[in-house]
Amino acid sequence: MKKYLSLFWIFFKVGAFTFGGGYAMVPIIQKEIVENAELIENEEFLDIIAVSQSLPGAIAVNTTIFVGFKLYGILGALMALLGTVLPSFLIILVLATFYNFIKDIPSIQMFFHGVRPAIVALIFMAALKLGKAIERKTFNLIIAVTAFIAIAVFNVHPIFTIIACATAGLVYTKRKEKENGVS
Amino acid sequence: MAFLRLFIAFLKIGAFSFGGGYAMLPLIEEEIVYINQWLTHSEFIDIIAISEMSPGPIAINAATFVGFRYLGVMGSIVATIGVVFTSFVLVTGLARIIIKYYDSYIVKGIFAGIRPAVIGLIAAACVSLFKTSITDVKSLLIGLAILGILYKTKLHPIGVILLSGIMGIVVYSI
Repeated sequence: MKKYLSLFWIFFKVGAFTFGGGYAMVPIIQKEIVENAELIENEEFLDIIAVSQSLPGAIAVNTTIFVGFKLYGILGALMALLGTVLPSFLIILVLATFYNFIKDIPSIQMFFHGVRPAIVALIFMAALKLGKAIERKTFNLIIAVTAFIAIAVFNVHPIFTIIACATAGLVYTKRKEKENGVS
Repeated sequence: MAFLRLFIAFLKIGAFSFGGGYAMLPLIEEEIVYINQWLTHSEFIDIIAISEMSPGPIAINAATFVGFRYLGVMGSIVATIGVVFTSFVLVTGLARIIIKYYDSYIVKGIFAGIRPAVIGLIAAACVSLFKTSITDVKSLLIGLAILGILYKTKLHPIGVILLSGIMGIVVYSI
């Protein structure tokens, strides 16, 4: 029971502080699950993000369900999901009721003007840490740079980028195994 | 009946929106404003403003907000369950398969390609967020200050978010 509660609490924090879209939860989950609780490793975390991005639905929700399921099965997935959704659910109920009062308070706007650039810095550092977790070899570097350019410069949809890179990985791994004589 | 329609609308939104975040907005707009007419267009714009003030995925925020406006607290629960339902079924289903075949060369090969790609993906998200978030000298200064703090200290992301919000209030009040 205790492990479910602590999972719920971790994801409650993730849900409460994920401002600015799906990837904003990456640094918080990384801190809580990978660094503090050491429940999964950076490499596995990358796999989970990839799968979450490839399925329909919000990335933060998919990632939460996957991490919960991987740790403690269906009940873990449910508890993690409940934790992520609850803060936003409660805050929206409050905002929906008092929105007309709240929207005119200038310091709230200023608060979020300050948070936005911080999210960029947080995601940048998370990407650096995740980058350090994977092996330094030419193949990884080429894939990372190509994926970046495809999305940032040519606006290729992330799903197509992931499918293309998965195929490249499959071909590369197969060729490598042949070279090493492993069947 | 009204609850069922609400559930199905958000089930569709959850099932057919890839990419998350703002990529989900056109689909939400289609269902909520045009097909079911639960909100007017200007109320829909409010959702975006409210979502920026609220943590959590924009799809969840929209579901809770629309459900509440239309059918009260029960409505917001039904809509929120609808929007996460497909994710839950698909992710737990796929996770089961991936965990079972983690050591097969197919899964290994796929992840060998995907892992570095995700780094590129996150970096790309960082660039697009940079364009929308760093709009003036003040926001640039906050971004750089936070980057310095993250580099030098082990401050928790939650502490960073609160600190940057306070910086925002201070800097934009001047």
